[in-house]
Amino acid sequence: MYSSHKGGALVKIEVTINGEHQSHEVEPRMLLVHFLREVVGLTGTHVGCETSLCGACSVMLNGEAVKACTVLAVQAHGADITTIEGLAQNGELHPIQEGFWECHGLQCGFCTPGMIIAAHQLLERHPKPSEADIRRGIEGNLCRCTGYQHIVDAVQYAAAKMTA
Amino acid sequence: MIPFDYHAPKTLQKAMRLVREHGDDASVLAGGHSLIPLMKLRFAAPAVVIDLGGIGGLKKVTAGHETITIGALATHYAVESHRLLPGKCRLLPETASEIGDVQVRNRGTVGGSIAHADPAADWPAAMLALNAQFDIAGPSGERAVAASDFFVGLFTTALQAGEVLTRIRIATPPENSGGAYVKMRQSASGFALAGVAAQVALDSAGNCASVAVGVTGVASVAYRAHAVEDALRGRGLDAIAEAAAHAADGVEEFQEDHHASADYRAHLARVFAQRALTRAFERAT
Amino acid sequence: MPVSKTVGARIKRREDPRLIQGLAHYVDDIKLPNTLHVAILRSPYSHARIGAIDTDAAQNLPGVKAVVTGSDIKDTIGGIPCAATDPEGFPGIKVPHHPVLAIDKARFVGEPIAAVAATSAYIARDALDLIEVDYDPLDAVNSADAAFADGAPVLHEDWDDNMAFTWQIAGGDIDAAFAEADHIVSQRIEHQRLVPNPMETRGVLAEYMRGKDQLTIWSSTQIPHLLRTQLSIMLDMAENHVRVIAPEVGGGFGCKLNVYAEEALLGHMAKTLGQPVKWIEGRRENFLHTIHGRDQTGVVELAVKNDGAILGLKYAVTADVGAYYQLLTPAIPTLTGLMLCGSYTFQNVQMDLKAAFTNKMATDAYRGAGRPEATYLIERMIDIAAHDLGLDPLDVRRKNFIGTDAFPHETGTALAYDSGDYTAALDRAVEMADYDALRWQQAELRDQGRYLGIGFSTYVEICGMGPSAAMPAGGWESSTVRVDPTGKVTVLTGVSPHGQGQETTFAQLVADGLGVGLADIRIIHGDTDAVQYGIGTFGSRATAVGGTAMVHAMGKIKDKVIKIAAHLMESNPQDIVLEDDKYCVQGAPESGLTLAEIAQVAHVGVGLPPETEPGLAESHFFEPPNFTYPFGTHIAVVEVDADTGEVELQRYIAVDDCGNIINPLIVEGQVHGGIAQGVGQALYEEAIYDESGQMLTGSFMDYALPKAHNFPRFELGNTVTPSPVNPMGVKGVGEAGTIGSTPAIANAVIDALKPFGVRHIDLPLRPEKLWKLMQERNDDSL
Repeated sequence: MYSSHKGGALVKIEVTINGEHQSHEVEPRMLLVHFLREVVGLTGTHVGCETSLCGACSVMLNGEAVKACTVLAVQAHGADITTIEGLAQNGELHPIQEGFWECHGLQCGFCTPGMIIAAHQLLERHPKPSEADIRRGIEGNLCRCTGYQHIVDAVQYAAAKMTA
Repeated sequence: MIPFDYHAPKTLQKAMRLVREHGDDASVLAGGHSLIPLMKLRFAAPAVVIDLGGIGGLKKVTAGHETITIGALATHYAVESHRLLPGKCRLLPETASEIGDVQVRNRGTVGGSIAHADPAADWPAAMLALNAQFDIAGPSGERAVAASDFFVGLFTTALQAGEVLTRIRIATPPENSGGAYVKMRQSASGFALAGVAAQVALDSAGNCASVAVGVTGVASVAYRAHAVEDALRGRGLDAIAEAAAHAADGVEEFQEDHHASADYRAHLARVFAQRALTRAFERAT
Repeated sequence: MPVSKTVGARIKRREDPRLIQGLAHYVDDIKLPNTLHVAILRSPYSHARIGAIDTDAAQNLPGVKAVVTGSDIKDTIGGIPCAATDPEGFPGIKVPHHPVLAIDKARFVGEPIAAVAATSAYIARDALDLIEVDYDPLDAVNSADAAFADGAPVLHEDWDDNMAFTWQIAGGDIDAAFAEADHIVSQRIEHQRLVPNPMETRGVLAEYMRGKDQLTIWSSTQIPHLLRTQLSIMLDMAENHVRVIAPEVGGGFGCKLNVYAEEALLGHMAKTLGQPVKWIEGRRENFLHTIHGRDQTGVVELAVKNDGAILGLKYAVTADVGAYYQLLTPAIPTLTGLMLCGSYTFQNVQMDLKAAFTNKMATDAYRGAGRPEATYLIERMIDIAAHDLGLDPLDVRRKNFIGTDAFPHETGTALAYDSGDYTAALDRAVEMADYDALRWQQAELRDQGRYLGIGFSTYVEICGMGPSAAMPAGGWESSTVRVDPTGKVTVLTGVSPHGQGQETTFAQLVADGLGVGLADIRIIHGDTDAVQYGIGTFGSRATAVGGTAMVHAMGKIKDKVIKIAAHLMESNPQDIVLEDDKYCVQGAPESGLTLAEIAQVAHVGVGLPPETEPGLAESHFFEPPNFTYPFGTHIAVVEVDADTGEVELQRYIAVDDCGNIINPLIVEGQVHGGIAQGVGQALYEEAIYDESGQMLTGSFMDYALPKAHNFPRFELGNTVTPSPVNPMGVKGVGEAGTIGSTPAIANAVIDALKPFGVRHIDLPLRPEKLWKLMQERNDDSL
């Protein structure tokens, strides 16, 4: 029953993560989120489900938010990746991070990195989103604590700051 | 998921060679949003994965005067955000925007979704309503299959062993046409409990010159609602309600689960057929 | 209450910088060298005898270090504990042994059968497929009704039926009330089974240091100390050689107020393997093997007069508690019984509970824990009574409210409500909603064949848990406050927050209380080696009980600081005040001393007043004299789509009274999140098991958590009625939103469908259910 276990030869991948070039050999079956957490050691990206629905694992892959639990690490070869750890620059919080802090956009914090990445994607595409745009823009991210309202406030705060 | 060997060919030719070489042991990977979840659950356990992601030519979306082409590896978002599509074929970006969520649309591909043929996926409805042609590469060369012949059954398509879907071609709708996609989301997954895509072209009197209606989520496979089309052809806006009532006619095998009964799905097909057609008519005028 | 500078202000949270930058450490973020990863084989059958288990192939898979089965550990790990099995409370209760790994029989899908430890999580998972188990499937019991049916398969064969326990509560004279009534309003009501689903699943990391004989368990738990005690018993270790750490915890909602198989199992494996072991629960595992909530079905009878006056309530209910007890399983439905009188004056009440063993995961505390059931049923019954009697549901509520002058109010269930002004909250909510205009709008839309509904919920809940005599495992809380020689303040608290923000609210109390900056305060929680014993965070207790313990410890510090300051300033302690962060003679802050200056003296030990110990650290253990009783009025406005049955939540107004507020920002967040969870129960969520005991809703593909676009902007208001139970006058707000919102939504949807003669619909209010009702019946008003 395990004839298929013969497979799995390691594959070398090169990626740029938060501006830093990295090269690693990985099993083809390793998910990008596990690669980031276990191989690279960036544990800010979380795993909240196995079905691509909770969004806790969201990262920016070549400028687009993706669910890193549904991407193989090998698929990211050559890619530019930004994780939650890469958003703050020179010790300054990103305006979205600032918004989450100012507006109490988080409680337990587990969904927050993914939520911030989703908000990041939204504001890149829609710098002045309506409340409905925001609610739609984070539909791929589940939060069980906040009821989302303060998250909406946080994104509005960031939008105002980023377009000021 | 269980271990597998990974190949990332740079050209379609190389990919086809690998597909031939590994036969049934291999799965083709596009965006991964259908295959990877199945592999994580160990429902799919290919010994070899052939990743098409590096084949640049398969990602392009073009919207010409006569033809719209969507490379099989174009993401849902590429269709959703295409500059020309809203003017040329509103149904396509509207359908794309109803899929999953932003992250899924950024990564999931049109071709991957079509080839997977989930009975509740959104694309099949739109492809049926647009009479799409699917270009398929295979061991014995290329062939084209119409959407209406492609979706065969539950997770089953006309794709044969060793074949790969490469491109979707759609005749650019003429002036005076309009399309719309309306769905009810299953509240957890976001898949369609029922989704109806309608594409109409109107004559100078505002009557329906041509119409195609695709329905997903309702039956074990997406289908064309021919009875609706027949009842509407040559008629106007006021005939929609009566025509839409036929949206679930002839369905042999309904989808049914704890999210929605067969009756309710059939009812939703009728309600959304009416809504989609009404919106399509409005957009055509 | 100290004069406040930060208390009452919208202070942004001190927890957040680490959380918004990906710098926090949840269990899975803690990496120890040489860690083995554990995967658990779980029963695919809901009910089956277990024969031989062949683990050879798994053992031989490269990378696998150990495979453990039930027979390997049955003599070394004790059973999973339940703290609520006192036969005085539950006469005749059956308490089955609850093994960490199933031995002869599997009793629910997801029950742990075996565990593999391997060098990677992927390999551990691979090995599960190589374990062969001989199962002999048995018929499943998938509901309380099925459990009690003649000839039902028996789960626990030490007994001859599936009756887990019974429980009764009675107050007043129920027979007289029902004899006197003009109407008996009766309704069968279901409280569907729910899955708590914190975004972080459970997870355990265990490390054993042989030289020190010390076991350290990092677990995503709400109760590190209670867990340590129970693990020491299960593993037969000295409690002071077991350390439990609750690191960053990604939500709990009650489901981490427990002791689980994996916590003991990993402790055992770390000890026997001599390497750290880690297990991180998958979401699908979480659905199957982390406790569920609710799952009561009963018939409610309400004795009412023609004018809407309620005389009494009877509730005959069965609870489907699953296959085994977890920590508090039997206690949960008893909270329903205690709160049956709601916000109303009637004293005649009776609840008869029968609990059934079924082939499902255990139920236990899920946000609200028993009180949502009570509030839902009384609030639904009031609407049904109003419907039957032709009265406005708002008028029925007003008529039966406990008067503002009637506190403390003793209920028919022998609770003493501490304080309240139910009418004020209701008036405020009605004003915010513009109720008359809503009714007018509703009538107008109905003429157009559109169905708007307005629903009320006027809840009271029981919080600040609680007096130890009324709690299964202690209800007090503890705190130590230490001032360092440099004046930095460290607080140790026995509560173990996981999203509630006590690092901020407690720091606010300290900043004002001791006159230090927020940046100079550190709140330490969740580590049993650092913190004196504590109970944990649940039951909306952390601030009301844990905060009070800290305030008392801080008071002792302040007394000593003032004593030293007075001595140094050659003044009397009673003349020293805290002004502008200086301890000084009243009106002369310029000559005062800072906390740091006094702390230095206390630690140098020179210049202290006579008979004063050096150092500056004090502890307090606070035993609350009563529970607290927050209350409020919630109003939901919905529209039901006549074509599809879809519900659109258009407005949500919540006026909550949680007593005094330390941080309004945090209170709002708690209310928002609570409302969302209650709306989830009302509209979307339901754990469904099929006839064979398979869970049909075992992932986010099939179990819907509410999403951002399901909600309008919540409209919040509040009234403030301080609690007399603690010196801060706080009540607690963690569960109010959840308790208040479910009935408000249900009442609104059912109000919308009133033209169809609809009087009750069980939750969740899925579109198809509503569509069917509208199909079956006609809108009589059209």
